[in-house]
Amino acid sequence: MVTLRLEDIGTRYGKVQVVSGVTTPTIQPGTVTAVIGPNAAGKSSLFRRVAGLAQGGGVVDLGSHSPDRNTICYMPQDTGSTAVLSVYESVILAAKQGSSLRVRAEELARIDEILAALRIGDLAGRNLGELSGGQRQLVAIAQTLVRDPKILLMDEPTSALDLHRQMEVLSFMRDVAKGQNIIVLIAIHDLNHALQYCDQAMAIRDGRMVAFGPCSDVIDSDLLRDVYQVDGHVELNSLGHPHIVLRGPSDETNSRHNTAVGHNDLADTALAAQ
Amino acid sequence: MTTNQISVEAGSVHYKARSLRRFLLLLAMAGALFLSFAIDLATGPANYPLSDVIATLLDPWSATDQLRVVIWDIRMPVALMALTVGAALSTAGAQMQTILANPLASPFTLGISAAAGFGAALALVLGVALLPAFVDFIIPLNAFIMAMGTALIIHFFSRLRGVTVETIVLLGIALVFTFNALLALLQYLASEQALAAVVFWTMGSLVKATWTKVAVTAVAVVIAIPLFTRQAWALTALRLGDAKAESFGVNVQGLRLRTMLIVSLLAAIPVSFVGTIGFIGLVGPHIARMLVGEDQRFFLPASILCGALILSATSVLSKLLIPGAILPIGVITALVGVPFFFSLIFASRRKSW
Repeated sequence: MVTLRLEDIGTRYGKVQVVSGVTTPTIQPGTVTAVIGPNAAGKSSLFRRVAGLAQGGGVVDLGSHSPDRNTICYMPQDTGSTAVLSVYESVILAAKQGSSLRVRAEELARIDEILAALRIGDLAGRNLGELSGGQRQLVAIAQTLVRDPKILLMDEPTSALDLHRQMEVLSFMRDVAKGQNIIVLIAIHDLNHALQYCDQAMAIRDGRMVAFGPCSDVIDSDLLRDVYQVDGHVELNSLGHPHIVLRGPSDETNSRHNTAVGHNDLADTALAAQ
Repeated sequence: MTTNQISVEAGSVHYKARSLRRFLLLLAMAGALFLSFAIDLATGPANYPLSDVIATLLDPWSATDQLRVVIWDIRMPVALMALTVGAALSTAGAQMQTILANPLASPFTLGISAAAGFGAALALVLGVALLPAFVDFIIPLNAFIMAMGTALIIHFFSRLRGVTVETIVLLGIALVFTFNALLALLQYLASEQALAAVVFWTMGSLVKATWTKVAVTAVAVVIAIPLFTRQAWALTALRLGDAKAESFGVNVQGLRLRTMLIVSLLAAIPVSFVGTIGFIGLVGPHIARMLVGEDQRFFLPASILCGALILSATSVLSKLLIPGAILPIGVITALVGVPFFFSLIFASRRKSW
């Protein structure tokens, strides 16, 4: 059983340090963690470092688990492709890296299963170039799941999906995390979805972690103001779920300066969560 | 659930059917290649019945001395050279298009052939050996060193920040012009005899094929095939983009560099022996892609077979078009191949890049 703890993790591209000092408590298997923060906060860079695809300091502690090439899988943001490959072939490709050229019957059965679970079985024979953005995202999720990861780092997996598909995918990922007892980290912009589908949240701003803990603790009016520069608050809706009520962009003229106080508050939240 | 069951089956069933179809297609191409090879052997100043040629191939000592000498000693090296050169150039083009993510990439369009030609001309005209230790192999070695140097320039340039697919092609075109200008300069300085040899290069011709040249080219192809095959999944993954391939665990930079080194070998050797044959490296892989897609387990053999088949068929044509004369093969490949290629592009309803 794998656990994940980050200790003083940084990401460096050449001489440019884009993420630094990210330390988390131990993340348990069977949980979904929302990684939130504005654009260019360093979410992707953090993921790439944890997956071993970028340089930087710190320790990725997997507990007693001895990792192999598929233990930590990173699902990058969608970029599209001109490759003359079918959806099915592209998923086989993800499963077979580093192994034999022959595709066994049980491997095919597993791919069928994953495509069916994501409800994209009917796309199997289509070429990648013929897919919509949303369909490509679902194929990317299939490519990740087929590798049987223990830790799954998903970079904005729902950004091109319609509302129905977003909820379907997030709920599916929550079931996968629980069912296969794996750790799922999802970089996500929709905080309401984070509140609804994720067990905990990690907030990143300017390459630093500013909060970590249960979603309802992390996502509050302070976070909205300090990390996203918007005014708003969290309240319970008629179903008893927390949801965000937004008033608009924060009118503080110098948000960087003002957030210094909030930053400390959030750091306290992070400590309290530990 | 029932609808799910149906779609569950569809994926792998469709995949298996498609794989079988591709396998059969490869077999058909291999069959066509053998036929073209036999026709190539049968065609020449004296034409022989195909049945006699195949009998001579299968059992050389059952044939008459004359037939055996013509088939095995005179025509065989040329016919085999067509196969190996076609295979090498097409494979080189296929992998360049793969690692540079560029449909216009080929040894010819990126200046590698021109560089090899210039390297060879250095040896032919000035007697300059780029690697003085092996003077006996001065021509192919010069060609190879120039080709590899150019391939590396393109490789490192393509890694620079802000370099796009278009700028790489522009660099390639710039290199073509540079090396062609340098080649022209050497031609200007050359003696009459050296000039004739240099002109032979730029036309591309199989007639001076020897068993040694066939063997060296074949060795390059034979070395490259298992190296590429071992990387088949990784090379295919490159076509999904660097970020995706990396996330699959592919060492993208290392794979690109290794592939480029092998590609430069595959591009340089044929050019050093038969001169510039531009069309195969660009179009062989495109035809292969239209036929079997880009899964390298099918795409690589299809590219090899396509390249070999095109050049073998062209070799036949070069002997048939003007009876009694053998036209330079580099001229025929483009003249006959381009209309064929266009007809394929317009006939293919699927997007092929």
